Parts: sequence; structure tokens; C-alpha cells
Amino acid sequence: MSIWGRTAVVGAFEHPTRFAPDKTAFQLHAESARGALEDAGLHVQDVDGFFTAGFSAMHMLSLAGHLDLHPTYVDSQMIGGSSFVSHCLHAAAAIEAGLCHVALVTYGSTAASERFAIGTGGGSAGDPPDQFEASFGATLVGAYAMVAQRHMHEFGTTSEQLAEIAVTMRRHAGLNPQAKYREPITVEDVLASRMISSPLHLLDCCVISDGGGALVLTSLERARDLRKPPVVILGGAEALRHGGRGVRDVLDIAASQSGPLAFERAGLRHDDVDLCAIYDSYTITVLATLEALGFCRPGEGGAFCADGRIGLGGALPVNPDGGGLSSNHPGMRGIFLVIEATRQLRRECGARQVADAEIALVHGTGGFLGHRHSGVTMLLGRA
Amino acid sequence: MAAGGKPQQALPRVDEESRGWFEGLARHELWLQRCGSCATIRFYPRAVCTVCLSSEVVWERASGRGTVYTYTVTHQNQAPGFREMLPYVYAIVELDEGVRMPSNVVGCPPDAVRIGMPVEVVFEDLTPEITLPKFRPVP
Repeated sequence: MSIWGRTAVVGAFEHPTRFAPDKTAFQLHAESARGALEDAGLHVQDVDGFFTAGFSAMHMLSLAGHLDLHPTYVDSQMIGGSSFVSHCLHAAAAIEAGLCHVALVTYGSTAASERFAIGTGGGSAGDPPDQFEASFGATLVGAYAMVAQRHMHEFGTTSEQLAEIAVTMRRHAGLNPQAKYREPITVEDVLASRMISSPLHLLDCCVISDGGGALVLTSLERARDLRKPPVVILGGAEALRHGGRGVRDVLDIAASQSGPLAFERAGLRHDDVDLCAIYDSYTITVLATLEALGFCRPGEGGAFCADGRIGLGGALPVNPDGGGLSSNHPGMRGIFLVIEATRQLRRECGARQVADAEIALVHGTGGFLGHRHSGVTMLLGRA
Repeated sequence: MAAGGKPQQALPRVDEESRGWFEGLARHELWLQRCGSCATIRFYPRAVCTVCLSSEVVWERASGRGTVYTYTVTHQNQAPGFREMLPYVYAIVELDEGVRMPSNVVGCPPDAVRIGMPVEVVFEDLTPEITLPKFRPVP
């Protein structure tokens, strides 16, 4: 029996803050949980499945205690920024298996007010592969930059094409009152911004913000009695990529495995998709992901992203909220992809609404693209 | 700060799986592991073959030659030991033996580095135990 099409997102809340020096990360989790449960019309006592990810070793235990939750099913899957998309897939399986009935997914971070250098801090997790990278000055942005450099070498992709992605996300952010940066930018602005890790400039990189978000999921059957239109999980898949035994192809990213499987499981095709929520840690992430998901052929991503197609009004709008490049990025952005896709399918998005949105594709990337990273694809639709 | 006032970067940790690698580097030699059962070559060193799960390990000395597979000129890294080095080239080098390893390209201006550029290993001693394999353009 398939789990697909039987579980729904029924509550979604994005914390409005982008800078919260007066709040803690756990407070952002709690306030977001409150918002999502209110959105669903459910009580915190209804929650019997809890899903979250954080950087400390016992994050799940500490946070469950802080919120005084007593779940019968827990999942602290931590594979980077995609973790929260993964939580939704795992919640669908758990709910359909009867292991829990109301799943709460939460995220909170005060990366900006703590001045946390997300992409450029160097450092090392201390695992075996880190012993062969960190001492050469590896950074997070550097991994993505090496994917971009290789893509340019193999396919002739240009900095101007990458910049178009940042310009598009900023244009979308102008329609999102909560976005961190809303003033329009041009391709020239992106190219003139300082180089962080070549070929990626400052404006090729996501913002660093504070933030929080939460989701509530339950069975489609129960969802029909709740406050908001259910948004159904139609299919999904996960994948990992890494250096393996040392023969990595940095352009073979996780999305090329998770994407086709997610489409197959959902019984959908690319032209069924009305909008995408794609993890945009860097401009290259969007380009490489769209290619790997099969929206265009390998090497065609530059032209695909530069011709207006991924903008609102185009054939395949990506991140109408402005994404991580302009709206918010507190360190692990996956939950906001699902929140925006949910709100688009409910048609709650005002000026940035994708007209007649029926099917949304969410793809989260976690970790170091081209190095160790995860990819989680999920297809959502209206009931 | 290390002797001479040079800011010190975090050092790699040597463990039972990687000891042979670092011992070779300390002698200014680059050694790779090959599975003693199925003969698959691998980087980085580890105890169990990922293909056949054998524990038989054969070390073989690498040529130290390869090409730049991809790279980035790093202009921002706040970590001690690296912020003083900016800008520097972080790269993946494809060794002639077929494996791809992270390293730095040194000995030329950062902007001179290109994908496909032939490079050869040079050894940078950090401590008596720890030497890093870096690469420079083949003259």
C-alpha cells in the first residue's frame, strides 16, 4: 500500500522575524509551533509526533522538554537544511503506519543576531572526511563555488546567468512584506558585489537571518475537518551524495536521484508542476537542482534560469517568497520551502501568488553541494 | 599562535585508519590505499573497502602528479590560520591514479589557476607529525 496522497500539511507558519536579538532559538521554535497549530486549528496536546533538527547532540530531547511535549514518535533526522523536508516525508510514513496522528515539525535559529558565519567560518565537524578537507581551508560556500566553477568549465555557464537567479529572487522578495531584502538589484549589482569564493559573489549567496517556522501534518481524512484547505503529500524521495572512495563527480548531485523517484512515486510529470520551492543557498544551487530534477538537460540550466522562466509570471516560478537569497536564511532553510509551497497551494500569497497553483515541487539541499550533501524532493498538491 | 607569531590553523587528527597516510606525508611521500582483495583504489584512507568490504589493505606510492578538477579562489574565511592567507585556492585535484582529493594550489597567482591545469605535489610541514600535501603547477 502506498503512503502517497494520504497525508496532508494542515498547519504552516513562518515566523515574521528576520532579526531577533531579544529572542532565543527555542523561543522561535515555540512561537512557530504556536502559529502552525493555530493555523491548523489544533492544540499542542493533540501532537503525538515530533520532528526537529538542530546542531546540538541532544537537541530533540532538550527541545521536547522546553515545549513539554510527550510524543509517541520522534525523528531528529539531521542532514542539513533539507532535514525539514525529510521530516515531512517521514511524518507521512509514520502517520500512514499509525505510529502517530498529528505531527509537529519545528525550526528556530538566531544565526544573524549571534553573528554566526554560516558559509565562511571554516571549521570542521571532526569526522574522518573532515581530516582531509578542513586543513586546506574548506568552507561551505567553497564547495558550492567548486560546483559552479566546474559547471562553467563543462558547459560555458556564465556569472551573468547565475546573477539572473539572484535578481529574480530579489524581485520576488519585493512582493513579500516579510523578506529581509526587498530593494531590486541588477545583474551588474551582483557582478560588482565582492567575491566571496570564486565564481560566487556576495549577492550569489543567501542572506543570514534569524527565523523560525513550523508545520503540522495529519491524515488527509482528518485534514478535511480542519480549518485550512489540506495540502497533500503526493510523493517524495531522499538521496545522499559524498566523496565516497574518492571518485566524485561534483555535478552529480543528490537531486538527480531523489527527483525522478519523487515524480515516479507521485505519478506526475514535470509539466504538471506549477511552481517550485528550491533550496537557494547559492545561485548555483538553483541552477544545478533544476537540471538534476530534469526540468532541463545537463548544461542547459544557465539559459533556463536566465530567460525569465523561473520568475513569477514565467512557466516555472521558483521561490515566490524571495527564497534564501533575499527573504530569510537562518542556517537551515528547508522548512520555509514547505511553508511557501503550502501557502501557495492554499492561494494565500497575495501579490506573489502563482495563479491557479495546483502542484508544487519542493527540493531541499543539505550540507556541502558537490561534497557531502543530501537532497530531498517532495511533491505537494491541493486535495 | 605558533612560534614566529604565525596564526595556527586546526590540525588534522591522525587515527588508526589514517596513520599510514600521515606517516608517508611526514616523509614527503604521497601514498594511496588499494584494496588487497578486489584491487579498488581509494581516497581517503580507511580500514574497509567500500566495494567488497575486505580489510586487506595495500599501500602504494602515488606519482604526486595530477590535474585541477575544480577549484575556487577563497576570499572570505574567518577561521584562524586561513583569514591571514586570503586569497587562497581551494581545489580538488584528480591524481593520475584516478582519485580526486581536496587540496590547495600554491606556487602561482590564484587567478592563474585553471581547470585541467597539470599540477604536482609539494609538501608543507605544519608540525613534526603533520605535513599537508599541496599542489603547484608543473613547470
